[in-house]
Amino acid sequence: MVIVNWVAFGLTFAAASGILLRRDWRWNIGLLAAQYLGLFWLVQASWSTSLAAVKLVTGWMICAALGIAHINAEEETTVESSWPQGRLFRLAVIGLILTVAFAGGVGLGDWLGMPLPVAWGGLLLISMGLLHTGITVQPFRVVVGLLTALSGFEVIYAAVESSALVAGLLALINLGLALAGAYFLSHPPEKEQS
Amino acid sequence: MSAPALWIFFPIALGGLLSLLRNQKLITLVAGIVCAFLAITALLLPIDTPLAVQALTFKLAPSFELLGRRLTLTNSDRAWLALLYGGSAFWFMAASSIKIARRLIPFGMAITGFLVAALAVEPFLYAALLIETAVLLAIPLLSPPDKKPGKGILRFLIYQTIAMPFILFSGWLLAGIEANPGDLMLVARSATLLGLGFALLLAVFPFYTWIPLLTEEAHPYVAGFILWIFPTVTMFFGLGFLDRYAWLRDAAVLPSILTTVGVLMIFTGGLLAFFQRHLGRMMGYAVIAETGFSLLGLGLGGSYGLNTFLLLCIPRVIGLALWSLALSNLLEHAPSLTLDNLKGAGRIWSFSSTGAILASLSLAGAPMLASFPAHQAIWDGLARQSLAATTWVFLGSLGLAISAIRVLTALASAPEGSPWGVRETWSQRVFLLIGWLLLFLLGILPSWAASFWARLPSLFEHLGQ
Repeated sequence: MVIVNWVAFGLTFAAASGILLRRDWRWNIGLLAAQYLGLFWLVQASWSTSLAAVKLVTGWMICAALGIAHINAEEETTVESSWPQGRLFRLAVIGLILTVAFAGGVGLGDWLGMPLPVAWGGLLLISMGLLHTGITVQPFRVVVGLLTALSGFEVIYAAVESSALVAGLLALINLGLALAGAYFLSHPPEKEQS
Repeated sequence: MSAPALWIFFPIALGGLLSLLRNQKLITLVAGIVCAFLAITALLLPIDTPLAVQALTFKLAPSFELLGRRLTLTNSDRAWLALLYGGSAFWFMAASSIKIARRLIPFGMAITGFLVAALAVEPFLYAALLIETAVLLAIPLLSPPDKKPGKGILRFLIYQTIAMPFILFSGWLLAGIEANPGDLMLVARSATLLGLGFALLLAVFPFYTWIPLLTEEAHPYVAGFILWIFPTVTMFFGLGFLDRYAWLRDAAVLPSILTTVGVLMIFTGGLLAFFQRHLGRMMGYAVIAETGFSLLGLGLGGSYGLNTFLLLCIPRVIGLALWSLALSNLLEHAPSLTLDNLKGAGRIWSFSSTGAILASLSLAGAPMLASFPAHQAIWDGLARQSLAATTWVFLGSLGLAISAIRVLTALASAPEGSPWGVRETWSQRVFLLIGWLLLFLLGILPSWAASFWARLPSLFEHLGQ
């Protein structure tokens, strides 16, 4: 069980890092689906498997909704103009986030009685998601960042709240965010650089 | 029948039904009448009291149970219910005059219903989820399908979504404090998370960057509605926390935090409004300063602080609705709301131009206009506490007033020989005139606004006592 927690942590870390590094939406949606698999296992450390499966089902529904919306959308030609675009920069930030998550995760795990990989996984997802929303102006990537940050929060919140109603409402909020992302994708893209 | 069914489920269902209609005037008529009816029933109809109308006896039950949780509306909630539905009626009725009723009203009704549910739900942690639902409903409202979403809408979504986990988590911590009130570490953690959650929800300094972006990108009327209803509900939600938790209400640092943040928001809002060349952005900064005044009012503490906060609520909705309506009309004339594009527009859009100037002067706290009595009360209270803070607030207000004068100069500076005329339709003129009159009436007779709150049952059990 402990080893599987570490595997799930590794999976979420790899998926969240991949989302940050890759620009292709197909890769992003595939990695988001993998991230929800990791999320399911991390939440399962606190909840029953049947309740934790809600996260997985919701997550994969989100990926399906975003994927379908992307297939029907015109290709985005806008280039990000605000932040450094280099992969090295992003790798450096991921390293920084990993350090901060490791530092904070120990205290959080002790406080909430969570296994260390679960606390680290939660903090890592929150930090990666927030970073993602902070360095992009592309609506699809903003929504993916928000979904990642909410996933991290859900890992931590699962340790303190096991209400099925909260789980259901959070799933609805996640689906609503995905619908907002799909709605944004249905807008005509900007042809020139913003 | 239960009060939540009347004030929560009915508006949400009606919002859904109205989205099926195509006739703007019919949508406006139905929504305006229903919202006015809901506001009047909130004013007149006591909850949980048997009422006899000839042979018919009925009672509005205060609670509605849903999946083990309760939505509760009591007599003390009637004042804010009347404010929210009265304000919504005011917004919705003018919507068809600018041909935005089909977009605004169905979503607006649903948003109002969800936000009322957020204030009514027990346990309160569900409120964060209901507010987020309202935020998600606001997305199609703010971002029409033919326009790419801008930074303002994305930041609005980001900040409001990030607020939700803070409120949810602090809800769990507050339950822990109720069980173990002596745990100071828990109190500190809870207060920090709650403060961050509210700072994000309320777009408090420095999390307000999305407001001017939103007012620049989105339709002014829609942006105005969102910037009225979300901060108003968040304020009442926050006051509910203060009323419920004595440790929070009695915290020695709370007044100084509210005052400092309020002063910062007024000063930066006024200063940045002064430098703007876009009327939408000016309105955004005025909204920031207005939130600052509300926080400053609460920071004054006691019944005085609460009364000044409540006194601000009605002038804010009137000022913001009039400003948004005026900007929506001006946008029909110009490609954008920059001062350069609107030069001389006052000659042919005189009703809208006057409305925009009066509303901006009112929100700046100019004498004889609606916000002045509340601003004056806040100035008076603040000057007794800190002259330095009063100076910063004065500078912020000055920035807002000068920006209003810049707008006046631009709108009036038509080339020699430009024709005079009135381009507004009759319905637009009527709504703008009503806005002007209300601004003056509330400025000259502020006791009308005060009596609105005084006649209704007390909003809070402990706060302001």
